[in-house]
Amino acid sequence: MNQITPDSYVTADGRTIGGTVMEMKNITLRFGGVVAIKDISFDIRQGEIRAIIGPNGAGKSSMLNVISGFYNPQEGDVFYKGQKRPPMRPYQVARLGIARTFQNIALFEGMSVLDNVMTGRLHHMKAGLFSQALWKGRAEREEVENREAVEKIIDFLEIQSIRKTPVGRLPYGLKKRVELARALAAEPSILLLDEPMAGMNVEEKEDMSRFILDVNDEFGTTIALIEHDMGVVMDLSDRVVVMDYGKKIGDGTPDEVRNNQDVIDAYLGVAHD
Amino acid sequence: MPEQLIFGMEVFLNGLMAGVLYALVALGFVLIYKASGIFNYAQGVMALFSALTLVGIMEGQVPFGHLVNAIFGTEIHGFGWHVPAFAAILLTMGVMILLAWCVQRFVFRDLVGQEPIILFMATIGLAYFLEGVGDLMWGSEIKKLDVGLPQGINAVIDETTFEWFGYGFFIDNLDIVATIIAALLVAALVVFAQYTKQGRAMRAVADDHQAALSVGISLSFVWVMVWSVAGFVALVAGIMWGTKSGVQFSLSLIALKALPVLMLGGFTSIPGAIVGGLIIGVGEKLFEFAVGPLVGGATENWFAYVLALVFLVFRPQGLFGEKIIERV
Repeated sequence: MNQITPDSYVTADGRTIGGTVMEMKNITLRFGGVVAIKDISFDIRQGEIRAIIGPNGAGKSSMLNVISGFYNPQEGDVFYKGQKRPPMRPYQVARLGIARTFQNIALFEGMSVLDNVMTGRLHHMKAGLFSQALWKGRAEREEVENREAVEKIIDFLEIQSIRKTPVGRLPYGLKKRVELARALAAEPSILLLDEPMAGMNVEEKEDMSRFILDVNDEFGTTIALIEHDMGVVMDLSDRVVVMDYGKKIGDGTPDEVRNNQDVIDAYLGVAHD
Repeated sequence: MPEQLIFGMEVFLNGLMAGVLYALVALGFVLIYKASGIFNYAQGVMALFSALTLVGIMEGQVPFGHLVNAIFGTEIHGFGWHVPAFAAILLTMGVMILLAWCVQRFVFRDLVGQEPIILFMATIGLAYFLEGVGDLMWGSEIKKLDVGLPQGINAVIDETTFEWFGYGFFIDNLDIVATIIAALLVAALVVFAQYTKQGRAMRAVADDHQAALSVGISLSFVWVMVWSVAGFVALVAGIMWGTKSGVQFSLSLIALKALPVLMLGGFTSIPGAIVGGLIIGVGEKLFEFAVGPLVGGATENWFAYVLALVFLVFRPQGLFGEKIIERV
């Protein structure tokens, strides 16, 4: 890999990654007396696949929740597109263009796949209530545009055949894919994936990996993901943050991280002194 | 045609009309329950409160007049003006939206994620609070509400049926108007829920809070909106019932009639509330007509509840409710 400069770097497979989209500076998050995240800093750059890994209870999900606004850290700042982000509610963060999926899948079970994906575009709709109810003017144009964008994503993730199926009836692997589709529909500037491969079999994992790479390649989407499966992470990501007990113990390319002694200790379980 | 059958038809029609009014009240319950999982015990009191406010505004009554007079020894009773019905309805709607905001801000914002029973208890508190505020604001005497809806026997139906059967049906104009308005209201609600951005957001929140947040939906906005819509439904029900039988405390008890309607139709279904309301309305009128004389009458008081009880035994989710499936 080439030198990392403030503006760009080139990945192992030859893609040029842009400047910083999001920067976490000295983030500390506490729940009462428990410190979930301790003074962590790292950045996410335009167009890269950034992974956060670590053993159980390392604080990975907490970190993702800080980025997506579900938690507000006690200390430290989040910079988004060069500006300091004030404490926000999750829905405000979503409207800024940060979409996410959940470890335990949060879909609208009663709605069809198509309707679920359409909700991803809710904050792209600007037409007034009456215009929408009468189906005239701006509302009609918007609906057509949004439908097109959604159909494109549905085709891309190969879920055309289940478009009209209620989500509650789908198997686990497909639900995960619908959730990804909904997040993508928002055309996010950062896509956060919380354990996208959790609970999947080998075949489903391969499919999901392919989709993540394709999304990044086709739409140029910046992706930050949390994952347990080391093999998957090392194949997918451009740069990796490693966390253990709420602290950052490694940050770099997969190769750098793999050879980091602290990381090896954390994963192999060396006694802490 | 036998006389009994003709009377029965008239009873049936009147039952349908009464059912529409039950359905109107039940609709308010369904809306809030669907979107927030709260069983709103205060829905009936909201109808009473909206009707009181409407009368108060129309007659230019001073809010909290009695209270002010008692404290300061003044003698104010009214502003001395009369607000036209349409403007008064708009103003009342404004009050109901303000109420919705207050309910969300001061009651339910701090109760997010609590057990359903706690949310239910909160609505009981809300019901008594609102009842008290209604009394203090507008006084507790029985008021007459007249927003210009036609009342009395419908002459056309009376004459037509007299020509056909030799017996004129008594159908109240107010009931006909109520039916038309209820139909329009339901159509508007369906369009709102299915085709607008705000309606989609409402359905999304009803389904999954976390997922709704992650696509940029503000939960408190949706809840204020749902309580406002429920307030609007309460206002419509309040106008209909208030015109029919005067604005008084017993108006809040129509909520009790909505309970069997909900058990029949299911707590989560808008069509269920309508069909349930119609079944209860027709059922209790026909039952009173057919069986009432044999048991000494007054069956309307209990018929709906017995029917609901039967439903609870054989189909607990109601006619249209979501089927309850527990996976183990």
